[in-house]
Amino acid sequence: MSERHVTRDFTLLSDLSEVHRVQAEIEEALQSNRFGDSDVFAIKLAVEEALVNAIKHGNQMEPDKTVRVGYSVTDEQFSIRIEDEGLGFSPAEVPDPTAEENIERPCGRGLLIIRNFMTSVDYVGRGNVVVMFKIRDPEPAE
Amino acid sequence: MSDTPRRQRITVEDIGDIAVVQFVDKKILDEQNIAMIGDDLFRLVDELGRRKLLLNFSNVEFMSSAALGKLIRLHQRMTQVGGKLVMCAIAKDIMTVFVLTKLDKMLKIVKDEQTGLNSF
Repeated sequence: MSERHVTRDFTLLSDLSEVHRVQAEIEEALQSNRFGDSDVFAIKLAVEEALVNAIKHGNQMEPDKTVRVGYSVTDEQFSIRIEDEGLGFSPAEVPDPTAEENIERPCGRGLLIIRNFMTSVDYVGRGNVVVMFKIRDPEPAE
Repeated sequence: MSDTPRRQRITVEDIGDIAVVQFVDKKILDEQNIAMIGDDLFRLVDELGRRKLLLNFSNVEFMSSAALGKLIRLHQRMTQVGGKLVMCAIAKDIMTVFVLTKLDKMLKIVKDEQTGLNSF
């Protein structure tokens, strides 16, 4: 499969059904740039969590609000910027979902997952913009 | 009211009094689908009175945190009614998510279906 560096910028509606489409596009670009299965899983998961956060928490599912997405895939790394129109938040104020008092809560794990599955994650501005990247594992496990 | 049949998202096989659940779609446990799948799973408990549930994840290639939340709620419900929830055949990458979130300590997860059946 030949390498194909991909860069895309677009705007999504605050509609969870859009997440699948974005994931499928990104997966195809990752595979054409020889990302292994675990990297693809990690990126798809982090992208899902970040987009759902932007739509559900940032934009409060309001249909007149949009999410701006820009991503790039090369044979060395994947990077993405996701911006919602919400009020923002402080990641430091999100409770630790692995703490004993929180472990049985049904929500609140998205940020933990994103941080652990990507090489780098930064929240910009008032917290309504997330920028993250993942360096390709050059020797993915068979 | 629509007469369109609801698409089946899980299959259930009864092995004794254990309901063994398989997921129909490969990439199903994401935000969009988990609500409907959750309804099907809770129906097994609340309407059909099942008290032993073994969820077989061998068809599942992807799962997001929305599914974790639903599994926690299902586990809590089973505990409330005096039942037991066991999960098996979870793929390596997905298992990483359970370990990261420490849910592998709270939920009963075993290697394969036979081990799951033996654990009740």
